[in-house]
Amino acid sequence: MTDLSNYVPAHGAAPYGQVPALEARSLTKHFPVRGGWSMRKAVVHAVEDVNLVLHRGTVTSVVGESGSGKSTLARMLARLIEPTAGQVLLDGKPAPSSGRAYSNLVQLVLQDPFASLNPIHGMRYILGRPLKIHGTAGELGMDDAIKDLLRRVALTPAEQFIEKMPHELSGGQRQRVAIARALAVRPEVLLADEPVSMLDVSIRLGVLNLLADLRDRERLAILYVTHDIASARYLADTIAVMYAGRVVEAGPAVQLTDRPQHPYTQLLLSAAPDPDRAEAPSLAGAGSPPSLVSPPSGCRFHPRCPFAMAKCAEQAPPAFPVGPGQTSACWLHETPTPKTSATVSASAVEERTTRSAPDEAQG
Amino acid sequence: MSGLLGTQRTESAGRPRSRGDVVLDISGLCVDYGFTDDAVHAVVDASLTLRRGEVLGLAGESGSGKSTLAYAVTRLLRAPGVITAGEVRFHGKAGDYDLLTADAETMRELRWSQLAVVFQSAMNALNPVLTIGSQLTDVLKAHRPDLNRQARKDRAAELLNLVGITADRLSSYPHELSGGMRQRVMIAMALALEPEVLIMDEPTTALDVVTQREILEELVGLRDRLGFAVLFITHDLSLLIELADTIAVMYAGRVVEYAPAAALFRSPRHPYTAGLLNSFPGLHGERVAMTGIPGSPPDLRHVPEGCPFNPRCRYAMDVCRQDAPVLLTLPSAGRRAASCWLQAEGFIAPEPLALPEPTTLGARIVARPGALAADLNDSDPQDPYIEAAGSAL
Repeated sequence: MTDLSNYVPAHGAAPYGQVPALEARSLTKHFPVRGGWSMRKAVVHAVEDVNLVLHRGTVTSVVGESGSGKSTLARMLARLIEPTAGQVLLDGKPAPSSGRAYSNLVQLVLQDPFASLNPIHGMRYILGRPLKIHGTAGELGMDDAIKDLLRRVALTPAEQFIEKMPHELSGGQRQRVAIARALAVRPEVLLADEPVSMLDVSIRLGVLNLLADLRDRERLAILYVTHDIASARYLADTIAVMYAGRVVEAGPAVQLTDRPQHPYTQLLLSAAPDPDRAEAPSLAGAGSPPSLVSPPSGCRFHPRCPFAMAKCAEQAPPAFPVGPGQTSACWLHETPTPKTSATVSASAVEERTTRSAPDEAQG
Repeated sequence: MSGLLGTQRTESAGRPRSRGDVVLDISGLCVDYGFTDDAVHAVVDASLTLRRGEVLGLAGESGSGKSTLAYAVTRLLRAPGVITAGEVRFHGKAGDYDLLTADAETMRELRWSQLAVVFQSAMNALNPVLTIGSQLTDVLKAHRPDLNRQARKDRAAELLNLVGITADRLSSYPHELSGGMRQRVMIAMALALEPEVLIMDEPTTALDVVTQREILEELVGLRDRLGFAVLFITHDLSLLIELADTIAVMYAGRVVEYAPAAALFRSPRHPYTAGLLNSFPGLHGERVAMTGIPGSPPDLRHVPEGCPFNPRCRYAMDVCRQDAPVLLTLPSAGRRAASCWLQAEGFIAPEPLALPEPTTLGARIVARPGALAADLNDSDPQDPYIEAAGSAL
């Protein structure tokens, strides 16, 4: 699986033409578990053969439901979990497996800001630790460096916030502190695992806008892991949709959400709350994700897929190009001439939709 | 199936009720936590009406008092929560009740049989050591003593079918079901005694979007068939706009706006509603920078003077910092009200808060044709050959 000779980048490597800050190649994670009465050894296939590139100055979003492997992927990229197979490349070179050499370039922001800040320490200690450990305070004094961090995440006046304890801060402010703590080591890559899902609705956008600001101002490569495809469309430059441990579709954010090609992406978009929609969508392929202990053969979506063919159960589809920078891991998009695939697949989807209509009428 | 459901109770003490009648009337409800002067006012002067067959959405952020309101209405509030003022009238098929003065025995009869609740994190509300079947029949044993064992079992199977789960799941334990199925079981249990009002507190928050929509489609279908009213509490306003008929928005314990769903979405009248709507990025069109609402929700121990929203409000005036606005009934095609000085006489509301009301309803969550059939096949999450939606039966 680490043979990279026929490696295909997950999405749009070409337009950037630069070495990605962080790259995942064929990352795979299998968790051994014991299951059943006989205590047989079983394996949860959490992440399977995922390719992902994070470029400087862009936000890449991984979208998926719970159990799709998106958090496992983020943890592998943060080197908290050792992958079963595959490679993590930092600046084009194999990344060190762990340690400060890695953590001062790649930082992880966790989901729950109420659990990720130690309640008995103040801001001065929480933000001072990484500065001290990584020696990144520089010529600024420790206090000035901390205040500078607080200002970068818009916690002003910094003179007041430096004295505060976590319980004095709201959820949004805590998440900003968690981001500031990650920024303290001057990383190149920020991995954010569901950074706003625990926050109140009215303050989520503030944190998302902060991430967008860090991308533009400090040229950070940001991974935004989320279950909310609308927020991914808002923030991200590129989106990778995961289902049952695999990336099923990837591409530029707006293009992918406007013209989803993979049946699962289409299902996900039709299920998302959307007050603007003109008419009620039909959920094609509703149901629940498969067990990852014994995932379906071939394409993992085929048991639910309304367009499943015989081939889908036999062979896992590779990523086929379906538009500029957009790929879909679906046999429906297999075409001999990739150049015209965008138009071909678009009409194929239309055709399929009309074909499936009579079936529904029968039900 | 619905025929069987209708046979259980036929006598009706009150006058005949029809769709659109008020079934639950909450007026001036106040709830405090604590008794002393520094008590926290969790719900302040909340008034809502729930009509038969209606889905009333209650939206608000954490700490806005939406769950406290649900607990107060059902009198399930635990100390130090106290109801300090207000009236809750329940106009049931079997007569009218004042829920806040009713004695414990009356409440015991009303709860579940006429006023059922699906609580937050209902996924964990099932007893892990009892089968689904025994938990369902337990309710019937307590409230329907006239049923024998077989009748109870039949009724439990019927209830599971109602929410799209096959009867063979009666002997399953909760851990053998997926999150979505557990949530369906909770809805089936709430409907076991054919309540007239179903209060749902964040019932789908922990679920994935696909499962969430499936369950909501089912809920709408059940509502259409059985005609109960739903009070649906959630923080997700974008979901309510597709689901609810009427929406009430709460902030710092107060109902700040009340309007039909489409009118609330297209023409909000309160700056908080407008800000909340601007906090949900869309799925269509150009990407535009959105701001959300500056600041954070107030600490209920120190609610700002005047209008509680004034420190975060971009239109705040001097009067907003001094006097709290009252809930004003506004001119509209439907019933709507907002609690904002800008809508009061003598003030001119800025353009974003004075948009014309829409004439169309917008997209609604509707019951899926053949949904039941598809979900019957869905009953085994391990089954690799789940049929596509709506193709079977």
